[in-house]
Amino acid sequence: MNAENPIWALISTFGLMSLFAVGGAAAAVPEMHRIAVDVHHWMTDKQFTDAYAIAQLSPGPNVLIVTLIGYAVAGIPGALAATLAMCLPTALLAYYVSRLLNRPSQSRWPGLIQAALVPLSIGLMAASALILAQSTDRTIAALLLTVLVAAIASVSRINPLWLLLIGGLLGFAGIV
Amino acid sequence: MSPDSAPAAQEPDIAAGHAPRPGLPALFLAFARMSLAGFGGVLVFARHAIVDQHRWMTADEFNETFALCHFLPGPNIVNLSMVFGSRLRGIAGGVAAFSGLLLPPTLIMMVLAIIYARFGDVEVLRRILAGISCAAVGLLIAVVFRMMTPLLKRIDAVALLLMLGVFVAIGVLRLPLQAVLLLAMPLSIGATYLMRRKVAA
Repeated sequence: MNAENPIWALISTFGLMSLFAVGGAAAAVPEMHRIAVDVHHWMTDKQFTDAYAIAQLSPGPNVLIVTLIGYAVAGIPGALAATLAMCLPTALLAYYVSRLLNRPSQSRWPGLIQAALVPLSIGLMAASALILAQSTDRTIAALLLTVLVAAIASVSRINPLWLLLIGGLLGFAGIV
Repeated sequence: MSPDSAPAAQEPDIAAGHAPRPGLPALFLAFARMSLAGFGGVLVFARHAIVDQHRWMTADEFNETFALCHFLPGPNIVNLSMVFGSRLRGIAGGVAAFSGLLLPPTLIMMVLAIIYARFGDVEVLRRILAGISCAAVGLLIAVVFRMMTPLLKRIDAVALLLMLGVFVAIGVLRLPLQAVLLLAMPLSIGATYLMRRKVAA
């Protein structure tokens, strides 16, 4: 980490990233992966996918994967710094914008911008899926499990937690 | 047939669906509870708690506020806690809802991080996490598929091309997010504007 303060690196990285995370936390995963694994070497590829799995399996917003990244970099202060840097700036922005736009329905621009952002966030989430799949699905059985879960979750309204637990059981049994 | 739907529709200005404004501890607890219930996504639980259970907002007010939070950057549900809390109790309410949503799960994540740092190399845990990861990626693909369906049904070629462009630039070429979005956002907004003008004309 050289002379650079890791806490400050976390704050500047995630503070800036949150302002570009259009479409929520899942859309920011490729950028998190690029920064944490490729640029700063804060984590290995395997640690990153583990962090993603832990964040999915835990209660609370899925954006809290940044808590795990922050902890890997600088312990508990790092976890708190990363979480606040990712969550507070855009929450404050949302607060001020919501006060400015007392009647958002009067203008057509919010609706237009929202519609324009939809394809971009889907593209970002698809990129997340590809990057995570490349480090997760290293065996035929693992790839098969991913495809099956994708198919089941696409056509049914089953609670996602069950599918995650089944994945964990298959892993425990050494099948994937 | 819901017995209270008719009077609620007749007097929308008297805030028929509204309960009294919650205090700050009540806001903190309500958001903490929906956050801890929200495995794999908090939004469903947030809507249930705010609209159905506590009646702090009507369904329309909720949708309007959520649309705003969705078009702003950042984690939507986190933005939503700040905006909802502040609409009910000012900036202090926003902070109460924000910390209620984040504090308990962040503490849980830190405990999990400590456990992972100590036992992440244990073979059984590695295998379990590998299985969960496969399933988690599958869930993400399903969300992408569900969001794509309306674009595919409309055969919205411009939107599908933009989506593919972002996917290739970020997922395959691994270009930085800021650079890609600074190019893609004006492109998409311009295209959407032109399409809507064509439809209106």
